[in-house]
Amino acid sequence: MTNVLVCIKRVPDSSEAVTLTPDGRAVDGRYSGYTMSPHEECAIEIAASVAGATGGTVTVLTLGTDEAEEQLRYALSVGAKDAILIEGDPDDFGPRDVADAIAEAIRTREADGTPVDLVLVGNDAADTGDFQVGIRLAHLLGRPVCAGIKQVEVDGDVAVMTGDGPEGTEVYEVALPAVATILEGGVEPRYPSITGRMKARKAPVARVTPSGSPRGTGRVVLTVPAPPPSEVTVLGTGAAAAPAVVAMLKELGVTR
Amino acid sequence: MATTPSSAQVVVIGAGITGNSLSYHLAELGWTDIVQLDKGPLPNPGGSTGHASNFIFPVDHSREIADITRDSVRQYKEMGVFTESGGIEVARTEARMEELRRRMSSARAWGIDSRMVTPEEVHELVPYLDPSVIIGGFYTPSVGVVDSVRAGTIMRERAIDKGALTVVPNAEVTGLTVENGAITGVQTTQGDITAETVVIACGVWSPKVARMAGARIPLTPAVHQMISVGPIPILAERPGEISYPIIRDMDTFCYERQTGSDMEVGSYGHRAILHEPEEIPSLDQAKLSPTEMPFTSDDFDPQLEQALELMPQILGDESAEIRYAINGLLSLTVDGVAALGETPEVKGLWSAAAVWIKEGPGTGRAVAELMTRGWSEIDISNSDIARFYEHQLTREQVRLRTDESFIKTYGIVHPSEQFLSGRDLRLPPMYAAEKELGAVFFEAAGWERPQWYASNEGLLGEYGDAVMPRENEWDSRWWSPIINAEHLAMRERAALVDLTAFCIFDITGPRAMEAVQGIIVAQADVPIGKVIYTPVLDTNAGFRSDLTVMRLAHDHYRVVTGGAHGMADKKWFADHLPPDGSAQLTDLTSAWTTVGLWGPRAVDIIGSLTDDDISKESLKFSNCREIELGNLPVLASRISYVGEFGWEFYTPVGYGAALWNRLHEAGRPHGLVPAGIGVYATTGRLEKGYRAYGPELDAERSLFEVGMERKKLKAADFVGKAAYEKQAAGPVETVLCMLTVDDHTSASGIKRYMLGGEPILAADGSALTDGHGRHPYVTTAGSAPSLGKHLLMAFLPPDQAVVGNRLSVSYMEELYPVTVATTDATSPFDPDNNRLRGRV
Repeated sequence: MTNVLVCIKRVPDSSEAVTLTPDGRAVDGRYSGYTMSPHEECAIEIAASVAGATGGTVTVLTLGTDEAEEQLRYALSVGAKDAILIEGDPDDFGPRDVADAIAEAIRTREADGTPVDLVLVGNDAADTGDFQVGIRLAHLLGRPVCAGIKQVEVDGDVAVMTGDGPEGTEVYEVALPAVATILEGGVEPRYPSITGRMKARKAPVARVTPSGSPRGTGRVVLTVPAPPPSEVTVLGTGAAAAPAVVAMLKELGVTR
Repeated sequence: MATTPSSAQVVVIGAGITGNSLSYHLAELGWTDIVQLDKGPLPNPGGSTGHASNFIFPVDHSREIADITRDSVRQYKEMGVFTESGGIEVARTEARMEELRRRMSSARAWGIDSRMVTPEEVHELVPYLDPSVIIGGFYTPSVGVVDSVRAGTIMRERAIDKGALTVVPNAEVTGLTVENGAITGVQTTQGDITAETVVIACGVWSPKVARMAGARIPLTPAVHQMISVGPIPILAERPGEISYPIIRDMDTFCYERQTGSDMEVGSYGHRAILHEPEEIPSLDQAKLSPTEMPFTSDDFDPQLEQALELMPQILGDESAEIRYAINGLLSLTVDGVAALGETPEVKGLWSAAAVWIKEGPGTGRAVAELMTRGWSEIDISNSDIARFYEHQLTREQVRLRTDESFIKTYGIVHPSEQFLSGRDLRLPPMYAAEKELGAVFFEAAGWERPQWYASNEGLLGEYGDAVMPRENEWDSRWWSPIINAEHLAMRERAALVDLTAFCIFDITGPRAMEAVQGIIVAQADVPIGKVIYTPVLDTNAGFRSDLTVMRLAHDHYRVVTGGAHGMADKKWFADHLPPDGSAQLTDLTSAWTTVGLWGPRAVDIIGSLTDDDISKESLKFSNCREIELGNLPVLASRISYVGEFGWEFYTPVGYGAALWNRLHEAGRPHGLVPAGIGVYATTGRLEKGYRAYGPELDAERSLFEVGMERKKLKAADFVGKAAYEKQAAGPVETVLCMLTVDDHTSASGIKRYMLGGEPILAADGSALTDGHGRHPYVTTAGSAPSLGKHLLMAFLPPDQAVVGNRLSVSYMEELYPVTVATTDATSPFDPDNNRLRGRV
C-alpha cells in the first residue's frame, strides 16, 4: 500500500508564444490560461497507477494562492483522492522555500499518522525552470531521489524507477520512502471524465500555512528568448499530400 | 504568398462564414473586383466560425431570423455541407412546455415541420437520454449540422473561379482611411488598398476595426463554454459525424450534440463572461485559436452535473474523457440583433457583424443585395446598424445589456419583456409628474415611457369586465387591465399621452421641398401648415418607414417618426438629400417633446387654456399651427393615432413639464386621464386598424397588400415609384386583414388571449398559404375595449380575405375560432372617422 504525494504548480500555459507581465517578473497567463506542466500531469498518472496497483492513495499538493485550487481540482479529477494547498504567493518562494514548505507539510502529515511513501515532483517548473525542488526536498527529508524519471513501479518496499540516461535506459531500485522528479513522455496522462470532475468538486482540500518566512527567489527579471527560426516545408497539395501528412503526424507522435 | 492589390471595388474584412458568403454573393450579383482580407490563415483564420458547434435549429420566434436561417440552410444544402440530424428541445418544467408550445406556433407560422413529443418518444429517438428527467419535447426533423469552414472555402473558390475575388490571408488591418466622411482605403500589414466600399465582417474584432474609421459597432465578445467528451461507444458504433438528434436541454441552457464518437456539451447557462475586442489574444499568443479562450471549469461544473442527469449512461462512463474544453468567443450586441448595413458614421463603410452560423449565408446574400441594388429579398431592417442611439453605442451599455441577456439565449422571453439594466437614461421632461402618477415605465429608444399609470387603477371598478381582464399569467405578463380602462376613459372623456420618444428631425434649405418630395410617397408640395402622413419606400417599393411630415415654412419640413426606427429613418433621409447641401437635416429629438391630447372632451380642456382658435373648423384635420397655451409656445398638430379628436402638441423640452402639468390640471374637471403607450400603440391603434411599421409594414410588403395604395399617385418622382407602378399592374398575393377572436375559452376553461406571432389556420386547423408562399400569422394582437373584442391583424391569402370568413388561430397548441372583420384599411371602430373629425 503505497501512499503517493504529487507536487504540482499552477503555471501559465506556455505551449504557444510566452507573454511576460508588464514588470517582466512573471509569465502572463491572461491569454493562454493556467495549467500544470506536462511533467506533473505524467506524475499524477504514475501516482494513480502505483496507488492503484498497491491499494494506496494519491494526494496532490501545491503551494499557491486560492486560484491554484483549479489545478488541485484537476488533479483530483484524474486520480488524486485528497489535496493540500500550502497558502502563499509562489512569486515570494524560491526553490529552497518551496522545498522547506513541502517538507514541513509531509512531516506534519506523517506526524498525524499518514505515511508518505513516495513523493513525485515535476522535473522542473514550466514557468521558472529552477530544477531544484525535488533534490532539495529529498535532502531535507533524508530520502533517496532519482531525477528525470519516466516510469515508476513499486514492489513491496522498493520503487523501480526508469528514466533515460546518456547511454540508454537507466533503471534504479530505490528503497521507500523516496522522491522522484518526473519527466514527461513515459506515460500518457488521462483526461478527466465527467464523473471524475464531479468527484473532484467534492474532494477535500486541506489548507496549511508554512511556519517559516520565505527567503525569496533572488530573481530580478525574466526575458523571452527570440523564437527559433521556423522553417516551412510544403508536404504537397490536395489529396496527394495525405501520405506525407500521415507520416509527419506519426513522426510527431500525435497519431499511431 | 498572395500579393495585395493596390485598389479594389470593395474590400471585405474577415474570412469567417459572414465574410466568405458576402464575397461570394457580391460576385454572384455582378461585382468583379472584390478583395477579401483576414489576419489569420485559411481556411480557418481563428475567428468564431472555426470553433462553432455548427448546428442549426430553424425555428425562431423572429420572422427575420427564421427566414434568414431558412435561406442559409438552402445554401448549405446546395454546397453539400449540410447533414440533417433532427433536433429536440426538451422541457423539464411546465413553464418550458408552454414555451415549446409557443415554439410550435412559430414553427406553424413559418411553415416549418415540427411536433411536440412525449418523453418516451424522445427516448426512442435518443436512447441514451433519461426520459424521467423531462416532461416533453419539441422535435424538428429538419435540424442539422453544417461544415461552415468548408462552406466558406467553397464560396471563396466560386468567387475566385469567376475572376471576381482576390483573397489575402495573414493580412491584418492596421488602419482605415476616411476622407470627407467617406471611406477611401484600408491599410494592412501586407500593403494598402484604396477602395470606396469596405465591409467589416470580422466578428468579435469588428468594433476594434470600426473604431479605426470612427465608426461604432456595439457588440462584445462573450464566452460560450463547450466541452467534448469521448469516446462514447454507442456514438462510435454508427458511421459519420452525426446520427442522433441534437438535444437542447432548454431549462439548463445546455445542448448535447454528437460529433463522431464524442458528445459536445455546450452551455449558455453560466455567468456572462464578457471580453473587450482589444483584449483578444493574437494568433501567436493564443494556445488554440484567438477565439478559443482558456476554459474556466468552475463556471461549467454546475452544467456538467445537469448534463449528467440527462444522459447518465454515456456521460457517466468513466472511460469517456473531457478531451477538449474551451471558452469560445461569440458576438453579442446591445439589443441581441445583428449589426448589418452601411455605418451611419462613414459613407461606404459597411458592417456585417454579430452573425451566427445559422444566419451566415442568408445574411451574406441579403447584405450583398443591399450593397448592389439597395434592397434585399429578405427584409433585414431589424438588424440595420443605423438603428442604434448614442447610448447604445457606449461600451458600458453594451456590457450591461449583454450581461443581462446572455442567460436568455435559451431563456423564456416574453414578447413584451423589458430590460432592467441600463435604464433611466432618457427621462422625459414630465418624468416627475408621471412618477407621481404611478407610471409603469417601459423603455423606448432609451426613453423611460409610461405604459400605463397605477393612479388609474380606480377606473377598473368603473368599467368592470369591459377592461377584459386576463386570467392567465403569461397573457397578462407585462400587461395590465388598466391599459384598457385608460382606453375607455379616453373614448368617453379624454386622455393625455407622453410622446417624448418620437424621433424628430427637420429638413431645411432652399431645396427642402424637392428633397422631401423625392423621398416620400405622398405629395410634399403642400401648403404651409399641412401635416402629411406618408409611407417611405425603398427602390423595390417595399416599406422603409411610415411617418408624418409637417410643412412649417416654404423651406422647412419637420419629420416625426417612431423612436424604435427613428435613427434608421434619419439616415435614410440624410442619404437622400442633395449632395450640394441645398437641403439639410437637423436632429431635434432631444430638443422637442410631444404630448398628445385626445378624446371627446379635448376641445373643452384646451378651451380653458388658450384664446387661440383651434376649433375643428379653424385647425382642420391633418393641419398644424403654432399656438399659445397661455405663455407656452406650442406647435399643435391635428392628427391622431387613436381615432379621437385632438392634437399632438410639440414644444421645446424645457417647456415640456409645464405643458404636461397645465393640460393635466385643466383636464381634471373634465375627467381627463393620463394614458400610457399601451393605449396609443395597441388598443387605440388596433381599433382604428392602423398599421405599424415593423409588424405590418416592412420591405417585403407592398402598399397594395396592406391596403394603403394611393388613390392618386403624384406626378413627381420618388424613391420606389417605378416599382410601385409595376406592383399596381400585378396581382395582390396577400391581403392585410383584421380578425376578431370569437371564443377565448381554452380546454381548461381559462380564457386565453393571443399576444402576436400565432398562426392563422383554416377553421379545421389546416394550413393556409398566400401567393408569396407564406403562411398567415398574427402581426399584432391586442384588446379592442370599445368593441369588447380581442383583435388580430394578419396577412391572408386573397381568397380567404372575405369579411365574415371563419378561420382559427392556434395558441399554445389549441385552436380558437376567429372571424375576418376587415379586409382593407377600414377601421373596425368608428369606420366613418366621425370622432376623428370631431363630429361626436
